[in-house]
Amino acid sequence: MNLGVGVVGLYVRDQDEALKFYVDKLGFRVHTDAKNGDYRWLTVQHPDQPSFQLGLYKPGPPVLDAKTAETLSEIVAKGAMPPLVLVVDDCREAYKRMHARGVEFTQEPVDRYGSVDASFRDPSGNGWKMIEARKVPS
Amino acid sequence: MRSPQDPELLRRLLRAKDRMDVASHEEWPVARLARVSRVSAAHFARSFKEAFGVPPHRYLLSRRIERAKALLRDTDLSITDIAFQTGWKSLGTFGRIFRDVTGESPGQTRAREKANSHQFDRVPACYLIAAHRPDLKTAVSEKRRRDEGSKNKATKKEVP
Repeated sequence: MNLGVGVVGLYVRDQDEALKFYVDKLGFRVHTDAKNGDYRWLTVQHPDQPSFQLGLYKPGPPVLDAKTAETLSEIVAKGAMPPLVLVVDDCREAYKRMHARGVEFTQEPVDRYGSVDASFRDPSGNGWKMIEARKVPS
Repeated sequence: MRSPQDPELLRRLLRAKDRMDVASHEEWPVARLARVSRVSAAHFARSFKEAFGVPPHRYLLSRRIERAKALLRDTDLSITDIAFQTGWKSLGTFGRIFRDVTGESPGQTRAREKANSHQFDRVPACYLIAAHRPDLKTAVSEKRRRDEGSKNKATKKEVP
C-alpha cells in the first residue's frame, strides 16, 4: 500500500447518479460500494491511479443532521465546493469523448499558459478543470 | 431566518452563472438567463441574487472587469480593443465602470500589473482569475454616488 492521501471525497446529490457519471462518462472504476443501513460508502478510482480513491458521499444522516445536510446540498448545487483538477494527456480528445457522452462542459478546450484546458461539472454541480499534462521537454 | 433554496433550482441557476462566466462579453438579459435556468424571468432575478449574493447583471459586470484586467495584464491589446472584447459598447462606459469597480483606470492597472508580474503559471487560470475577482458588494452606481459624496475624486484622467 502506498503511503499518503488515500481518499478525498465529494458531496453529491445522488450517489447512483454520481456513480453513473464518474464510471460511465468519465471512465473511473468503482473501488468500494458498501451500504450499512442509510449509510453508503462509495469510492471510485481513476484507472491510472490505483493509490487514490475519490469518495462520492451524500450529505445526510446518520453522519449529519438534516439541517446541515440541507445547507451542504445548497452549497454543492451552487458550485461552491473546492475546485477539482483532472489531468489528461489530450484535452481536446478527452473533451470530444466526454462531450459525446453528455458531460456538461462549462468551457470548451482553450490553449493557454502552454497547455490546453477545459471545464466541466458533475451532475451535482462539482466543478472540474480538465488540464492537458504538459509534455516534458526531451 | 432564511428559507433554504431547492438544490435542483440552484443547480439550474448555476448553469446560467456558468454561461455568463464563459461568455461574459455577450449580452445576458434576464430573459436569456432565465431560459438557461428554465424559470420565469421574475423568479430568475430574485433566486439568482438570493443564491449568489448579487443580481445577475452586477455579476456579469464583475466578470467583464475581471476579464479586462487579465487582458490588460497578459496582453498588449489596446484598451479600446479590450473594452470591445469584454462586451462594452463604448469606451467611456468601460473606463467609468472599470474605475468605479477597481478604483483605478485601465491604463493605471496595466502599468501596475506589468510592473510587478508574478509567477502565476502553476495555478490553473480560472482559479487565478477567480482569486482576483472584484468584490462587488455595492452597486456600481451606488459606489460612484458614495465616492462623489465623500470626496472630490482625484484625477479623472481620460482613458487613452
